[in-house]
Amino acid sequence: MNSQSPSRYANSAILIHWLTALLIFVAFPLGKYMHDLPLSPQKLELFSYHKWLGITVLLLFLPRLLVRMAKPPPTALPAPAWQHIAANVTHALLYLLILLVPLSGWLMSSAKGVSVVYLGLIPLPDMVDKNKELGSLLRNFHEALSTGLFVLVALHLAAAIKHHVIDKDGTLRRMLPGRNV
Amino acid sequence: MSSLSRLFLLGLLCMAKVASSAEFNQVQHEKSSVSFGYKQMGVAMDGKFRKFVVNLNFDPSKPATANAQVDIDLASIDTGTSEGDDEVAGKQWFNSKAFPSAKFASTSVKALGADRYEVTGKLSIKGKSVDAIAPFTFKPQGPAGVFDGALTIKRLDFAIGEGPWADVGAVANEVQIKFHIVATALPTTAAPKK
Ligand code: HEM
Ligand code: HEM
Repeated sequence: MNSQSPSRYANSAILIHWLTALLIFVAFPLGKYMHDLPLSPQKLELFSYHKWLGITVLLLFLPRLLVRMAKPPPTALPAPAWQHIAANVTHALLYLLILLVPLSGWLMSSAKGVSVVYLGLIPLPDMVDKNKELGSLLRNFHEALSTGLFVLVALHLAAAIKHHVIDKDGTLRRMLPGRNV
Repeated sequence: MSSLSRLFLLGLLCMAKVASSAEFNQVQHEKSSVSFGYKQMGVAMDGKFRKFVVNLNFDPSKPATANAQVDIDLASIDTGTSEGDDEVAGKQWFNSKAFPSAKFASTSVKALGADRYEVTGKLSIKGKSVDAIAPFTFKPQGPAGVFDGALTIKRLDFAIGEGPWADVGAVANEVQIKFHIVATALPTTAAPKK
């Protein structure tokens, strides 16, 4: 095994990848569910949990970037060129959206006049002044962006399963902890 | 001294006299505000009441004789969202159909030194009355006087937020009520105009 071109993702990269995925898998349905609830203490609690999950996704972005620079991903496995392009485009968009979805949520909260207090402990600064119209505009942005994220994750997931089940290659395994490929 | 400056001095003297014996009793509602602040899931939130009526008599040279009555139209609440406004009008919150207004009636006013005072009185909301003390400042501003003060109440003392809303983890029990009242004076000595 040579250190210049590892055959699998670094453990730190794997940890952050799955942690982010897990957070999004909870935050997304929670966002859909809480939105339709009648106003209640439970709704206020769920809104807060949703925000904390989402801000955690945002917080993981910087370490993720640093890890990627320190430990570059393994070279792509052999596949048709269009698949490499599709994978690269999807990954780039996923990176963009795990940044934009929580940012739009944070902006929306500020515009709606509800500051974010992370974990109920750390007040985050308001990104914009209170403004109802901007608030509902950002709400629509947040919904559209998270729908985009949902679609991309579905594609990404389908590709991962396809590689694992049909091509039977190491694509998924090298993003899983433990065994070497 | 020119006659002009003498006239000016005389004017100043008269103004000082009026100001010192002025009783502020004409509340300018459009310049006044009644707002509130509370914590929701640890997040500081605020809102205001659009309609309220304040009657007061306040002579800074005789604060002990001052009095104030406040009547707040609870249906005029602005919580920031229409969903919130509808919710707090309901039975579990203000039940504003049955109890349309919150009232405050002063029983005494005390000077605390400098421009600081303290008003004591009864606050009645949703059929419950609680003794309340509100410190405030009074500052002359041109011909008007400005009262700024705040008091913190516990919403559960008035059963504001019953049932699941009694959970103070979601909406804190402490609610700060802030008032900014602008009033002008009708000099007490002036004969009432017809
Ligand atoms: C919300 C969820 C997810 C997000 C935001 C996400 C994001 C990403 C990103 C940005 C990369 C590229 C890493 C890089 O090379 O820099 C990646 C790689 C990968 N992801 Fe995900 N992912 C998610 C969920 C999943 C799921 C559910 C699976 C599979 C079941 C999966 C499997 C993989 C695999 C196998 C790779 C490595 C691809 C390769 O080696 O070319 N991911 N993911
Ligand atoms: C990865 C992160 C996030 C994902 C995947 C996500 C996803 C979603 C989804 C799917 C909805 C429901 C949209 C709808 O159908 O109406 C939603 C709503 C919402 N999100 Fe997020 N969100 C994330 C982060 C955040 C953050 C960081 C905040 C705020 C700090 C936030 C605040 C909100 C709010 C306030 C709503 C409710 C809007 C409403 O119902 O009026 N979100 N989110």
